Amino acid sequence: MNLHEFQSKRILMEKGVNVPRGTVVYDALEALVAARNLKTDKIVLKAQAHSGGRGKAGGISVLSIDDDVKKVAERILQMTLVTNQTGPQGKPVSALLVEEAPRIDAELYLGVVLDRNHGEVTIMASPAGGMDIETIAREAPEKIFTVKVNPLRGLCPFQARALAYKLTDKNILANQIANAAKALYDIFVGYDCTLAEINPLVVSGETLLALDAKINLDDHALFRRPQMAALRDRSQEDPVELSARLAGLSYIRLEGDIGCMVNGAGLAMATLDLISIHGGSPANFLDVGGGASEQVVADAMNILLDDKRVKVVFINIFGGILRCDVLARGVIKAIKERGLELPVVARIEGTNIDLGRKLFADSGLPIQMMSSLDEAAQLVVAKAKELSGN
Amino acid sequence: MAILVNRESRIICQGITGRNGTFHSLACRDYGSNLVGGVTPGKKGAFVDGIPVFNTVEEAVQETGANVSLIFIPAAHAKDPILEAVDAGIEVIVCITEGIPPLDTASALFTVKEKGRVLVGPNTPGIISPAEKCKVGIMPGYIHSPGPVGVISRSGTLTYEVVDQLTKAGMGQSTCLGLGGDPVVGLSFVDCLRLFRDDPNTEAVVLIGEIGGSAEEQAADFIKAEFQKPVIAYVAGRLAPPGKRMGHAGAIISGGSGTAQGKIKALKDVGVEVVENLTKVGQVVREVLK
Repeated sequence: MNLHEFQSKRILMEKGVNVPRGTVVYDALEALVAARNLKTDKIVLKAQAHSGGRGKAGGISVLSIDDDVKKVAERILQMTLVTNQTGPQGKPVSALLVEEAPRIDAELYLGVVLDRNHGEVTIMASPAGGMDIETIAREAPEKIFTVKVNPLRGLCPFQARALAYKLTDKNILANQIANAAKALYDIFVGYDCTLAEINPLVVSGETLLALDAKINLDDHALFRRPQMAALRDRSQEDPVELSARLAGLSYIRLEGDIGCMVNGAGLAMATLDLISIHGGSPANFLDVGGGASEQVVADAMNILLDDKRVKVVFINIFGGILRCDVLARGVIKAIKERGLELPVVARIEGTNIDLGRKLFADSGLPIQMMSSLDEAAQLVVAKAKELSGN
Repeated sequence: MAILVNRESRIICQGITGRNGTFHSLACRDYGSNLVGGVTPGKKGAFVDGIPVFNTVEEAVQETGANVSLIFIPAAHAKDPILEAVDAGIEVIVCITEGIPPLDTASALFTVKEKGRVLVGPNTPGIISPAEKCKVGIMPGYIHSPGPVGVISRSGTLTYEVVDQLTKAGMGQSTCLGLGGDPVVGLSFVDCLRLFRDDPNTEAVVLIGEIGGSAEEQAADFIKAEFQKPVIAYVAGRLAPPGKRMGHAGAIISGGSGTAQGKIKALKDVGVEVVENLTKVGQVVREVLK
C-alpha cells in the first residue's frame, strides 16, 4: 500500500524531520487561499497521486504568488496523471499540496529498504539527490553510501553519523542528516514499510528539508498497523484489483483480450508467458490461490466474465491443495448463474482430476477441456484471434 | 542420497493440531516421511492419528530426537516458532506459512544464519526427496518419482507442473524444493546449487525462477564459477508490468530490476539451457541428460 506525499511528510514531521511549509487542499479556491497564507513569493503546487514522474507529466507547477494560482490549481486537480509508472489509464489526482518553494543549495538522497538478498534493513544515502536511486546506481554508483542494520541492535547513532559525514563536512548539516536517517529507519521498521525515502532532501541554508517523500507499506503487515491502513486511498487503485483482493484473489490488469484463471502465482505468470509465446495477449493475471473455495473460484470467474475486453477465458489449474472438483463446482456455479457468452477453454490437472472432469462433462456447459497445456494455450490464442477478426 | 532431507530425517510439525498442520502431517507420513511428533502449546499428551503432541519444540526434540521441523503457524505469529525451532536445535526448518511480515522473517533469519541452521521458505511448498520417501511440505507426492534431477524453484504449482512433466518424461528427481515466494527467504538458489553440486545422485538441476530480486543472477554467477552439472532453467513473468506484485510478495519488478528478461540473459550467458516454453521443460531435460 502506498501513501501520498502529503501523508508521508506528515509522518516525517511527527518524527522531527523538517518539511516545507504547506497545506493539502481539494479545490482551486482553497489552493489560492492556502498559497496566500504562506506569505511567500514562490510557491509550488503538487498533484497528489501514487506515481513518480509527476513533474514530467505536468502535475507539479512552480508559481509566483502573482500568477493565476487558482487556474493552475484547477487544471492540476482535474488531471489524470499518465506517467511512465501508471500505465495508459493513468491515476486521478486525489488532492493538491500547496507549499512554499524553498531556496535549494544542494539536493541529497536518503532512503531505507529491506535488502532481499541478505534480509537486512539497509539505509542508502547519496549527495546526488533529485534523480531516482536507480539512475544514481546506474550513472554514479560510487555516490551511493549504505549502512546495513543488524536487526538485534537497530540503527546505532555512530552508523547514522558515519553515513552523514559521507555527505557533508559541516557539523550542523551532518547532525540533521543523521537525525533524518534515524527517523526514516524508525518509520521503516515501526510501520513495516517496503520503502521509506526522502528524495530530494534539500539543503536550504543551514536547514535540511524533505522536499519530496515516499512511504510504501507492506500489505502483509497492515494487520498490525491499523492507523496506517486507514490512510489507504482507494481512488488510486484499480477497482477490479481492489475487489479481487477483497475476495481473496490476486488480480493484475493487463492489456490483452484473453481472461486467465490460474492457481499459484508462478504458474499464473507462466501461463501468461505461454499465451504470449503463441502470439496471444492476456487481459489479466489472476491467481485463485491454493486454498480457494467454490465461492472464491466463482468470484474469480465473474471477474473475468465482467471484463468487457475479454474474448476468451482460459482456465489453467494444477490442483494441489485446490482440488479440481472444487474448481469445477465454482466455475459451473458462476456460469449457471449468469449464462455464458464467451468460449471457455480449460486445462485441469492434479488432485481429484477425474471428479473435476466428470462435473464439467455432466454440467452440459460448452467448456472445452484440453489435456495438453501447450495445445490449450494455442487453442485459446486462435479463438481470441478469430473473435477479434484478425 | 538427496539433499537436506532423507529417510533418516526425524520430522516434527509445529502447529500439528491445526487443520492444515494435521492434514499435511498425515499426508507426509503417508508418503513415507518419518513424522515423529508435533508441537502445539497446551496440547501435550494429545495424539494426531498416533503422532505424539508436545507443548514445546525443546520437549519434542528431547523425546523424539527430531532434527527437521515443518511449520504451519499463522503469519502474524510465525516468527516465534522459527526462533523456537532454532533454539531447540532443529537443523532444517521448513516454513510453509504465507504472508509473514518481511521484517519478521528478516529478524528470524538473522538468528537462523548466526546459528548455522537452514530455513526453507517461508511461503514454500516445502522439500521432497522421492528415493528417500521423505516429503516435508504440501506438494502432491504422487507426481514425483526417484531419479537424478534436482529441482529448485521459487514457486509452488509451477514446480508441480515441471515435476509432472519430468516424471512423465521418465526423468525422476533426487530432491525438489521450493525456496518460497516471499521477498526475504532463507535458503537461496546458490545454497541449493552448492548442495546439489556435492550430491553424487544429482546429475542435472532444473532451476525455476521468477521476476523480482536477483537470486537468479546470483545463481548464474555461482554456476559460472563452480557448478559443472547441466542446469536447465525456466523464468516466469516476462509479461509482468513493473511495480506490481504478481501473486507472490517477492515477485515484483522494482526500479527496472528483477525482470524476467534480465534473469534469462544472465543464465543464458553462463551456458544455462533456458527453456522459454514451460511445457517443453521435461523434454529439454531428457535431451540434455541423454
